[in-house]
Amino acid sequence: MTEDNVVPPIVEMTGITIRFPGVLALDRVDFTLRPGEVHSLMGENGAGKSTLIKALTGVYAIDAGSIVVAGERKTFSTAADAQAAGISTVYQEVNLCTNLTVGENVMLGHEKRRGNAIDWKSTHRAATEHMEGLGLTIDPRSMLSSHSIAIQQLVAISRAMVLDAKVLILDEPTSSLDRGEVEQLFGVIRGLRDKGVAILFVSHFLDQVYEISDRITVLRNGALVGEYPIAELPRDALVTKMIGHELEDLAAIASSSHRVIDRSGTPVVRAEALGKRGVLEPADLDVYEGEVVGIAGLLGSGRTELVRLLYGADRPDSGTIEVHGEHAKVHQPRHAIEKRISFSSENRREEGVVADLTVAENIVLGMQARLGWLRKVPKKDQDAVVQEYIEALGVRPANPNALVGNLSGGNQQKVLLARWLATAPELLVLDEPTRGIDVGAKADIQRKVAELSAQGLSVIFISSELEEVLRLAQRVVVLRDRRKIGELDSSSTDLDGLIDYIANAGEGSAA
Amino acid sequence: MTATTLDRPVRTQEKPSMLKTFLSRNGSMMPTFAAILILILLFAGAEAFLRGDFITPRNISALLLDNAYLLVLAVGMTFVILTGGIDLSVGSVMAFTGILGARMLAEGAPVAVTVPTMLLGGAAIGLLIGILVQYFGVQPFIASLAGLFLGRGLAYIVSLSSIKVEEPAILWLQSTRMSFGGWYITPTGIIALSAVAIAAFVLHLTRFGRTIYAVGGNEQSARLMGLKVGRVKIAAYTISGFCAGLAGLILTAYSGAGYPRNGIGTELDAIAAVVIGGTLLIGGRGYVLGSMVGVFVYGTIKTIISFMGAEQSWMQIIVGALLLLFIVVQRAIVARSDGRR
Repeated sequence: MTEDNVVPPIVEMTGITIRFPGVLALDRVDFTLRPGEVHSLMGENGAGKSTLIKALTGVYAIDAGSIVVAGERKTFSTAADAQAAGISTVYQEVNLCTNLTVGENVMLGHEKRRGNAIDWKSTHRAATEHMEGLGLTIDPRSMLSSHSIAIQQLVAISRAMVLDAKVLILDEPTSSLDRGEVEQLFGVIRGLRDKGVAILFVSHFLDQVYEISDRITVLRNGALVGEYPIAELPRDALVTKMIGHELEDLAAIASSSHRVIDRSGTPVVRAEALGKRGVLEPADLDVYEGEVVGIAGLLGSGRTELVRLLYGADRPDSGTIEVHGEHAKVHQPRHAIEKRISFSSENRREEGVVADLTVAENIVLGMQARLGWLRKVPKKDQDAVVQEYIEALGVRPANPNALVGNLSGGNQQKVLLARWLATAPELLVLDEPTRGIDVGAKADIQRKVAELSAQGLSVIFISSELEEVLRLAQRVVVLRDRRKIGELDSSSTDLDGLIDYIANAGEGSAA
Repeated sequence: MTATTLDRPVRTQEKPSMLKTFLSRNGSMMPTFAAILILILLFAGAEAFLRGDFITPRNISALLLDNAYLLVLAVGMTFVILTGGIDLSVGSVMAFTGILGARMLAEGAPVAVTVPTMLLGGAAIGLLIGILVQYFGVQPFIASLAGLFLGRGLAYIVSLSSIKVEEPAILWLQSTRMSFGGWYITPTGIIALSAVAIAAFVLHLTRFGRTIYAVGGNEQSARLMGLKVGRVKIAAYTISGFCAGLAGLILTAYSGAGYPRNGIGTELDAIAAVVIGGTLLIGGRGYVLGSMVGVFVYGTIKTIISFMGAEQSWMQIIVGALLLLFIVVQRAIVARSDGRR
């Protein structure tokens, strides 16, 4: 590896500040990237990682601070500007065009031309050369959509090579890859690093961060915590820096949720062989009173699909659902609500809160839906319920008449949670309730879930953050490739155990 | 380069069968092939039913002549639909440019001024719609609906009644018949076919054209890939407007007059032809040659019905049924290609 202080940095970001309405997303953050290094950007969700990346790629404009690339001060106003400066990005959900061919995706905007007409033959040949440079040998004329996400990611990196990227940003590139695919990607990353490309790597997987990085920058709550060479930052120190003072707080939640659940009686909800062709292979699921069942698995493993079938949002083509031991027909969300099952969707903005209504109106919506539209909830009851939940969940601002659209993501999520709690459910299904919200709100929501389940509420909790799942759930259902591969008792496993189970369990039987 | 090469290739393809390779490359052509098949079936059916009186050089040549204006509209519409938009204004823009041209000629304006004014007038309305869509975030449906009303209103302002065109240069476009045996083609037909050829070139062999497909496939991705999304979308609507102006010229030549009530509902015929030709309404997939096939399917159904002497309302029922069929087929194709990911 190169000597750190000899090589001048390729990217120097100083004092970067970005404000969104009501939120200081980045507060005077410094970040330095050197040629020939893999630099990991770490922080919890909402720490400002993606905001910083978007500042560097020209998606967001910065309110203060400066960006210097290769010694030149730059102002990026579009992604094209950043690419022209040699900065390319591969996003988690691969941002290519699946309706075009592999070769076109690699070369789009840089097609080889003869006169004004594209010369497809040499364009495809160039695409093939760039891909082979990364060890990827696929037909450049095949449609991108016919390849796996892993291949699509390599195609996206090939595209960055066409742009002659000096800086390659990889935002959660491994979240939907299997172990072998990750190794291949890392091989490519190491090769590029040795050629002097500066690589900015973002991942939730600590193992991967330690395997590939030379240096780590930690962000927390939109502010810089520090920059460290990998050898000087042991894992527990990193986690402490990422989570900060919240650590003990969350530990308390964890200890309160490690209760023994009485599973001798009838479960609150039992699903048997619930499945839908092409969506989810038949899976069983029991939830007992006062139990938090976590659902873990990679993106696209069928987590959301399972609960949507349970809730009647999608129609299963096999399986039965029992509520308190009685057969229940759940063909529509309305039926589920009648059985006191509530579902909080992962698409908070699209399927959750109504941005143009007030906090109070959003909370009352759920109660009203259960009563039917003709029986109005008395104003006095409404006010009491709204006040109760605003206080209990710590919604900020604590103003029932504020428009939900103006609240931060974390507070919107609290309003959504309040809405479902106001319907007095027996089973609450939470799909990614803590995604993209700040650390404080996350802890609030987790605390509330732990508290309610201790009082007897049954909860199904889905999260990409496995720490959260382990912290809250007594039992974890693991899915992979749209199939349930097993259940783990969370008191008898740790994070590594769970990750290993997600990655490897049931390999033999799957084949 | 070798430094980055992996020890083993990531995925080496075993020799795939010819058919498999073809399908993995050309899956999105299937709806267009289906349209060609339907066109062939229509011809064969009509030929059998009319005992050999249908496929004659005269009929086929008339097919192009009668539908030249629709073909030009469909070409412009293909650009817009490929970006994932829609342009409802083309029927009334065609009427407006047509009556504007007729009025200008009647007032004594020279052809060299009138024709460019018609074309640029159409393009200007398209540009306006594009700006509304791109910079004001208006839904394409609403923005082009505004264009529809604007075009129709302007047409009525120019004249409330039909204006006859006496200008020989305009009538020449329609009346000149270049014959080869029983076949003939008019300048209007040549204009329409040229529009198809130019559009095919632009869409498949220029960076602008490929950006149209990229925008229709995933606008967000296209932007992040550093493509000039805004400019391309506005250009697509401008092209559609220009084509509407050109269609106005062709229709004026065809009917020998401008008429402000021309082309009511023609935008829907153009959309139908584009969709039948295999372009997906969600954008990003389709071919301008498919749109040409779509126009011919449309025109052939019309001809068959008039040959049979049946009610013209059957026309709409059959086109409606075909549209429904094609949209279902397209849904299935999209679902399949998404499912494979």
